[in-house]
Amino acid sequence: AAMSRKARKLLLDSLTRSAKHFNRSEVECLVNLFDTLVARARSDFAGAGFDRTVFRDTLYSAFGMTDDVVLDRVFSIFDRENKGCITVVEWVEGLAVLLRGTLEEKMKYCFTVYDLNGDGYISKEEMFQMLKNSLLIQPADEEPDEGIKDLVEIALKKMDHDHDGKLSFTDFEKAVRDENLLLEAFGPCLPDIK
Amino acid sequence: IFSKASSSLEDLGESSSETDEDEQPLHRQEGSTDLTPEYWGIQKLAKYVKGGDPTATLIALCSMRDFNLSQEACQLAIKDTGCLEVLINLLDTEEIKCQTGSLKILKEISQNILIRHAIADLGGLEIMVKILDSPDSDLKCLAAETIANVARFKRARKTVRQHGGIKRLVELLESISVGSSCPAKDTETARCGALALWSCSKSTKNKKAIRKAGGIPLLARWLKCSHSNILIPIVGTLQECASEPSYRLAIRTEGMIENLVKNLSSEHEELQTHCASAIFKCAEDEETRDLVRKHEGLQPLSVLLGNTENKQLLAAVTGAIWKCAISRENVLKFQEYKTVETLVTLLTDQPEEVLINVIGALGECCQEQENRGTIRRSGGIAPLVKLLTATNCALLVNVNKAVGGCAMEPENMAIIDSLDGVRLLWSLLKNPNPDVQASAAWALCPCVENAKNSGEMVRSFVGGLELIVNLLKSKDKEVLTSVCAAIANIAKDQENLAVMTDHGVVPLLSKLANTNNNRLRRHLAEAIAHCCMWGSNRVAFGETKAVAPLARYLKAKDPLVHRATALALYQLSEDPNNCVIMHENGVVKLLLAMVGSTDDALQEAAAGCIANIRRLALATEKAKYG
Repeated sequence: AAMSRKARKLLLDSLTRSAKHFNRSEVECLVNLFDTLVARARSDFAGAGFDRTVFRDTLYSAFGMTDDVVLDRVFSIFDRENKGCITVVEWVEGLAVLLRGTLEEKMKYCFTVYDLNGDGYISKEEMFQMLKNSLLIQPADEEPDEGIKDLVEIALKKMDHDHDGKLSFTDFEKAVRDENLLLEAFGPCLPDIK
Repeated sequence: IFSKASSSLEDLGESSSETDEDEQPLHRQEGSTDLTPEYWGIQKLAKYVKGGDPTATLIALCSMRDFNLSQEACQLAIKDTGCLEVLINLLDTEEIKCQTGSLKILKEISQNILIRHAIADLGGLEIMVKILDSPDSDLKCLAAETIANVARFKRARKTVRQHGGIKRLVELLESISVGSSCPAKDTETARCGALALWSCSKSTKNKKAIRKAGGIPLLARWLKCSHSNILIPIVGTLQECASEPSYRLAIRTEGMIENLVKNLSSEHEELQTHCASAIFKCAEDEETRDLVRKHEGLQPLSVLLGNTENKQLLAAVTGAIWKCAISRENVLKFQEYKTVETLVTLLTDQPEEVLINVIGALGECCQEQENRGTIRRSGGIAPLVKLLTATNCALLVNVNKAVGGCAMEPENMAIIDSLDGVRLLWSLLKNPNPDVQASAAWALCPCVENAKNSGEMVRSFVGGLELIVNLLKSKDKEVLTSVCAAIANIAKDQENLAVMTDHGVVPLLSKLANTNNNRLRRHLAEAIAHCCMWGSNRVAFGETKAVAPLARYLKAKDPLVHRATALALYQLSEDPNNCVIMHENGVVKLLLAMVGSTDDALQEAAAGCIANIRRLALATEKAKYG
């Protein structure tokens, strides 16, 4: 359903305030893009948003993000109410973090992506899941999983500061503050700005 | 009488006092079987760096930094596990994070001499130079800092230049805003660029390349900044390059002396050291010496003499004082700060590099009579004479000059003589180094002039006169000049002149007559003038063909040459044959011009010589026509 001009203006104003990192014309562009995507989506959601498939295609074509596990998580983060579609507010505010987030915002975002089951910790199993395809050249005499398990141990040793065998947000935050390169430690989940 | 001692900074292919490591580094014993725990730990990580995707690689690289990378065992483990090649290959990708992770490690381990040679051998430098073009400033900084470490040997510095590295490093110094508020990020990029340039600037060709890339005005701009962490590499680079005259000129004309003086008062001793070194090198030029004084740099330099613990700082400061003291106005200023007294206290218990400069400074200060007395009253003469037995040639040259300077005062001369100083100087004439020989000969001039019973003293040195006469066979111009000056003094004693004549001083002097070097001409003419006063030496000079060349000296532009030559010709003209030769060589006309000179000695000698020639001409006329 098309929005009235006044309603649209109110929306843009409110979004410009809430998504602090964009200016008004940038917000307008994103909202226009949203409208385009909605038109492309299935009409299940009565024009209120677009679904997972469209979201993943968009992130792929715009940012080159290909990892399924990651893309699923990102969608879940954007889709705050777990309804299966992204609204315009969620869209703009989500992109604000992705594209222009402060280090704090990005750390929270990445941690949430990696915390696959959302229990507030990144467990060894979750790390294994994300890293399972990361060893391209395996030594012939080794079990394929051994290599990944060792890598998980290495990552844990580096980042698990309270030595409880899993990464809390506090662990993760400290690790990233010490070494910024670890922000996307378990896989790219931010756009690649070259 | 004194010549300016040749500068201690010879322009070698490489400059600077820092040692260079051009020899192939020693290889450890190959095939050592005891592999360290670090080796195994790093080898485990190497698996992921070699075979992992960027995510795995990054985790491994970050973990690798938990090892103590400044420890040799770790550094060599990285090399021996083949990780070094992989680290360098990572640099060649477009993955900024992997490049960053790799450089963070390379920057640390390149402190190791074997590693940096390996990095250069593997082509790492070329890749790092390319990275200097990256838009990511953290990456550029890391690349520059790593280049700074690797470029500590000659071949590496050449590679950097050959791949366009110098130009790019200079570009890192270009920042948008340099005022008194230097934004942190720009300062950091410039600091890293300056560190790399500092390492690279040890090669002469790189110094030129930096200049051609427009580096000097940028260095000048950053010099006005107040952050010591960037000032140190900037001044480090400047003082390294200051061995080049073009840099010294720029340092002077771009107003950098003022900043260098200002930073002498910094709290950072390293910064103070580099500023003093820069001044040391630049003060070769008179205008710079004046600028240092005008910007009130002489007092801080003198104050810094109190910091005797830091020997590098002390060496730089004493060096700066030495060169500044070449100018008389500066010596007068130093007197206000009692610098001479302080310098004398540094004559004992100091390393050679400090001593050389301290004594150089005292030597220059001797140009003022008051200081010669001050040195004596401060007890400086004995330590100086003692150092005449040193073996370091640069030190000896300065000691000779200082002793010679002191010897200009009869009171000092008495002390020098009592400590056997003249004999020590004389035996330095046997030293194989021509600079030592020449400076010793120069110092002997005032000694011979001012010593009591000088003639006897000289005679007491067994073989001494033969020694000095034989030095007239030397090929070194400075030796010849100084020896002539000494002989001119020695010859004032008749007995000694007789001995020197026996040793063949006349033909040896005559052989030198054909020279265009005005300094040599002057002292040679003086020597000839004095050597004429014995027996048939006048005739002998004529026979050994000294007269005609001397006549040519009158055409020189140097008034000191004229005076000495006129004196010699006057003496020679007592012999009729010499008069004939002089007349044939147009001496009369040239001397006539000098009869009106304001120089009394010249006037008299010229007139006397012309008179002799005329008298002979008249006598010849009379004899012809009855």
